[in-house]
Amino acid sequence: MALFRLILKNTFRQKLRAFLTIAGIAIAILGFSFLRTVISGWYGGVEASSQNRLITRNAISLAFPLPLAYKGVLQGIPGVTGVSYGDWFGGVYIDEKNFFPQFAIDAPTYFDLYPEFKVPPEQMQAFLRERNAAIVGVKLATRYGWKIGDTVRLRGTFFPSDWDFVIRGIYKGAEPTTDETQFFFHWQYVEERERQNDSPMAGHVGWYVLRVSNPELAGPVSQAIDQRFKNSLAATLTESEKAFQMGFVSMTESILIALKIVSFLIIGVILVVLSNTMAMTVRERLKEFSVLKAMGFRPRHLMTLIAGESLLIALLGGGLGIAVTAPAVAVFAKKLENFFPLLRVETATYLACLLTAVGVAFGAAIFPIWRAITLKIADGLRRIG
Amino acid sequence: MIPLSYSFRNLWIRRMTTLLTAGGMALVVFVFSAVLMLANGLEKTLVSTGSDQNAIILRKGSDSEVQSMITRDQVNILKSQPEISTGPDGKALVTGEVLVLINLPKRATNRPSNVELRGVLPESIPLRSQVKLIKGRFWQPGSSEIIVGTSVAKRFQGIGLGESIHVAMRDWTVVGLFESGGAAFESEIWIDAEQLMQAFKRTIFSSVTLQLKNPNDFSSLKTRLEADPRLTVTAEREKEYYTKQSKVLAMFIRILGIFVTVIFSLGATIGAMITMYASVSNRTVEIGTLRALGFRRRHILTAFLMESLFLSLVGGGAGLFFASFLQTLTVSTTNFATFSEIAFSFSLSPSIFLASFLFTLMMGFAGGVLPAVQAARRNIVQALRST
Repeated sequence: MALFRLILKNTFRQKLRAFLTIAGIAIAILGFSFLRTVISGWYGGVEASSQNRLITRNAISLAFPLPLAYKGVLQGIPGVTGVSYGDWFGGVYIDEKNFFPQFAIDAPTYFDLYPEFKVPPEQMQAFLRERNAAIVGVKLATRYGWKIGDTVRLRGTFFPSDWDFVIRGIYKGAEPTTDETQFFFHWQYVEERERQNDSPMAGHVGWYVLRVSNPELAGPVSQAIDQRFKNSLAATLTESEKAFQMGFVSMTESILIALKIVSFLIIGVILVVLSNTMAMTVRERLKEFSVLKAMGFRPRHLMTLIAGESLLIALLGGGLGIAVTAPAVAVFAKKLENFFPLLRVETATYLACLLTAVGVAFGAAIFPIWRAITLKIADGLRRIG
Repeated sequence: MIPLSYSFRNLWIRRMTTLLTAGGMALVVFVFSAVLMLANGLEKTLVSTGSDQNAIILRKGSDSEVQSMITRDQVNILKSQPEISTGPDGKALVTGEVLVLINLPKRATNRPSNVELRGVLPESIPLRSQVKLIKGRFWQPGSSEIIVGTSVAKRFQGIGLGESIHVAMRDWTVVGLFESGGAAFESEIWIDAEQLMQAFKRTIFSSVTLQLKNPNDFSSLKTRLEADPRLTVTAEREKEYYTKQSKVLAMFIRILGIFVTVIFSLGATIGAMITMYASVSNRTVEIGTLRALGFRRRHILTAFLMESLFLSLVGGGAGLFFASFLQTLTVSTTNFATFSEIAFSFSLSPSIFLASFLFTLMMGFAGGVLPAVQAARRNIVQALRST
């Protein structure tokens, strides 16, 4: 108990230094948790994917389409309980900065396969009735202040000319991981124009999405599909939605690796700041430690004293950092919405911050403890600051 | 004036603390310069892909070649423009090219990533003076042969010299490797455009690239082409086109990098401040003595500030030193503009060097100024009396 009081007094003997160290640790912990949040946001699409869905795309690459005629064959594969399809539209809203994902989808079947997009029934009816209707995510609608009935004009890049869409529905996500920034409209609307223009894209879709009755069927069904189209003009590649999303993540792997390295370097910075403080503290108090030793305090007492002080500072700094993480992420989540629609702090991140703080506290205390313990009493007493 | 060696020696006396503080700063400068080098490397790679003399023509509304389509008729109209220069053999330097993205597994991870497959015409090679064959030979027209950029050959499976890949129901054999002086073409596979169009059932080119006799002709050519009712195209200088391709990714790297370094530098500045405050409080008597000897407050202030700046220079120098070794590394990532993999290197430039140095000094100044002021404001008598 006495030791604890001593720790408390010691920690705040140099108030300014203690305060600066705590602030330094808090900032670093904030940086660490922020990067961890960005990294988990990168995997957002993977998290949100369903076990029961498969994606069939052209084996050459996603940039190549598949014939619409495959739909019938896919429906006939045993184990498949639903088939829908979509196409990446890639239009520009006002200018390139306003990026959000836009999909031309088979309206009657698509939302059946994605039950996590919650659309009020009357809005869904209105959407299905009109050829140029669109359904948008609630976050996207808020970002641009869109209301039901508004017209949105997109400039096509893959599909030339201007396209006008009328918003007839706004969806909400059923899960916290559901992406609420997407823009959906009728594939048939695009198809009609493509046919008029005699475009080679007419009669083609970007990819198929399938539902299997049981996640265990994912493997055999994928194989059956790819086998079926192996020697056709457009060979397919079928994989679980999770694997499909992972493909996007692994394409940007090097950025992800860089972020991970940087998040560990941050721990290095905290370690340096705290080690610096502890080294100074102990150096200034070598005389005191000699006195304590002469009074009969054992090495373990000194160890507790130094490690306790280090731990107290690290926990205060870490706690402060953790406390400001959520508000800071909320601010940045708005700014980075284009890149990461789902940016939120996970419990694991908080835990990692706490463990980091504790680990750093002990790491920073090792050298000073060793110095205090091996100190010869006479040397310490003789020492001048 | 207090001699500089006084500040310098003080750092040496407390080596451990100096090392820790400078180490923290070195980390910051390392990350700061690394991020700038990465963004710079990406821009350099893409910008060097374009040439001032060349113009690229895409379908109107397309942001990249991947989205663009130009018909054979349109290509023929474009080929007959009078501004186009001719090669040594008298042929006009203009080429229609087809660009498609294919998936290939990477050598290191076995996971697929997008690669650009460029269908080119014989004219494409004299048009790109930076493209040089370093091994093997060019493909025979009409055969399933390909030549590949060196960085693709390194990163992807089945694409080394003599190997082959199976795409679009055909086996394509690699007969040559080419370099392009670090430009983005090294991340591409080149193939006979006619063969590619047959294999992929395409009838349409993606873009037309042409070399101008006189680069000043560009604006008049652009105006005429864009007004031509038979064409729905936009013309761009090749260099500008490739600069645009690097914009989104480079901006992303910079924003993230600057955010991270700001957090880092706050940590390191605080580290320096702790060190400098401790240094001031340890030397109270010394400061009193110096003042008693006749040194002015501003001398004390300068001495402590110099000490902090020295400290930061040691750290910053070390950080920059280690960062400069990154230049030997090549990274590859998906370019958001084209969705294909591109390889590029960290690249140090004089302006990055300068920025890192200024950044270092800024941290040293921010960390040292308050403690130095505190030292300078000490009262002589009280300072001498303290123990």
